Amino acid sequence: MRRSAAPLLLLLLTATLLALPQILPRFHTYVAAIVLLTALLATSLNLAIGYTGLYQFGHAVFYGVGAYGTALMLTRSGMPAPIAFLVGPLAAAALSLVMGVICIRLSKLYFGMLQISLGSLVWAVVYRWYSFTGGDDGIHGIPIPDAIASPKGSYYYTLIVTALCVFAMYRIVRSPFGKAIQGIRDNPVRAAAIGVDVKLHQLASLVIAGFFGGVAGSLFVVVENSVFPDMMFWTFSLEVLIMCLLGGMYTFFGPFVGASVIVLLRVFASIHTRYWSLILGTILTLVIIFLPDGVLGMFVRRPRPKESTGA
Amino acid sequence: MDFAANLFSAGTLSQILVGLSRTTILFIVSSGMSLILGVLRIPNVAHGSLYMIGAFAAWSVIQYLGGGLPAFLAAMIVAPLIVAAVGFVLERGFFSYLYEREHLMLLLLTFAFMLILGDLVKIVWGPEYRSVTVPAFFQGSAEIFGLPLPWYNLFLLLVGPCIAVFLWLVINRTNLGKIARAAAVDGEMVGAVGINTGWIFAFTFVLGSFLAGLGGALIAPMVNISLGMDHTLIMETFLIVIIGGLGNMWGALLGSLIFGLTQSLGILVWPQFGIAFPYLAVVAVLVVRPRGLLSSTW
Repeated sequence: MRRSAAPLLLLLLTATLLALPQILPRFHTYVAAIVLLTALLATSLNLAIGYTGLYQFGHAVFYGVGAYGTALMLTRSGMPAPIAFLVGPLAAAALSLVMGVICIRLSKLYFGMLQISLGSLVWAVVYRWYSFTGGDDGIHGIPIPDAIASPKGSYYYTLIVTALCVFAMYRIVRSPFGKAIQGIRDNPVRAAAIGVDVKLHQLASLVIAGFFGGVAGSLFVVVENSVFPDMMFWTFSLEVLIMCLLGGMYTFFGPFVGASVIVLLRVFASIHTRYWSLILGTILTLVIIFLPDGVLGMFVRRPRPKESTGA
Repeated sequence: MDFAANLFSAGTLSQILVGLSRTTILFIVSSGMSLILGVLRIPNVAHGSLYMIGAFAAWSVIQYLGGGLPAFLAAMIVAPLIVAAVGFVLERGFFSYLYEREHLMLLLLTFAFMLILGDLVKIVWGPEYRSVTVPAFFQGSAEIFGLPLPWYNLFLLLVGPCIAVFLWLVINRTNLGKIARAAAVDGEMVGAVGINTGWIFAFTFVLGSFLAGLGGALIAPMVNISLGMDHTLIMETFLIVIIGGLGNMWGALLGSLIFGLTQSLGILVWPQFGIAFPYLAVVAVLVVRPRGLLSSTW
């Protein structure tokens, strides 16, 4: 993307996104909202995996905790809705901090597997704790404030929150902190040698990623009015990872593109076929073999980190 | 909830024995994964799918041969062989070109295969549950310390150690095993002394797949064979391999024991959250020993 074209493109995108609910029928507006919040989720994951180089394999857990936190606050506490929308993401960030402290000592694959394990623990508790989380049924009919309850209202709410969060993450990536985590990704030893506190930066990146993942979860509550344990199952975590990979993990907007493609494909493929997994698996195989840098990665060259020996 | 009373009731011992027989399955499947991880460095998420194919294939073989003990035993051999063939195709067709890629890419590729194989199973066998009845030979229960233990569980308890000994022999006493172990430590060097590592890798992957298929075939009479049986198993297997130490066969055994026993005891102690106990055990192990209990080839 050339720099001169960027503002124009952004303006065009904003106009389109704002106009969408006016043009599209109800169902497609709903799909557009799901696309937006999933894109936010994928972008937040990319902060950890693409920018910091941490194998964040359990990201859906933060999405799920953000959603459950919001849903439980809305259904069970008498608190005003804005507080509920804040509590979900904060719970996700807190969980991210706890899991991060436990996992951060491990490297690469071990980190990812321990995270999946802790995530499965959270999933198992949510799945079984019928009296509190509704167990495998989840929670349905969550009361949403009137202003954002309609399909159009929820779309605009999702659009505004997603835009704010993506902008915030964009600024984070461009900040000195963002440069530091990219330095850690490319060479942790060298980053430590020039005085970067590697663990602290990694932990901060995890917490930020968890928080925005939680925000995506709270948006899901607004759009869907329900939550269920499957949204934090490990297969969904890997699906979000696929979105990042498909769009391009070393670009900022890659995951956004990847998430849009995957969500739209799933919605429209599942109308016609029962074999969505087959399609997704085939796409993934082709991307890994032919496009390891992702769709956007083809246009934007970034230095790819070398795999350190001994994983 | 009276934990202590639950724990020291008469059922505990038989629960442990049943848990141990499930451990056998976990061990067989996770030793296959450990082998592939240790030698090929592939975190194979599709391993669970191979296990599922093993179970479905066993069902088909038994249907085809019409039941009875011979059909059952034939299924225990033919089904893993079918799975091994699938593994051969995957390794030669895809992985053999991609060993240089990052672990993350390999892991995602195997996830892609999991998705594809899952749907292929749906296409071939349909979405319905299948079940295999235990052959008459294994029906009924043995008495152990006055407690009933189904013969089939006892059979599994015997199969487990046999597989462990067999694997130990293959890895430590055959040339192939020695080369595979050397390749696990330094594949490039093994290639440099003139050994075709490609075929060693293929052999390892096929053996690992065979073990996954065997696990699936052995569990067939004990569960409903269904789509999605790969999802929970693969996670358990991964964690077992991780807590045992990546690529360590005995680690896989130890990990399976920890996982299987905490699971069966957990369900006994606290039925509602029993499934959470093995995960807690994994977390506890990794917090104390971040690289697994036994030494790893990684």
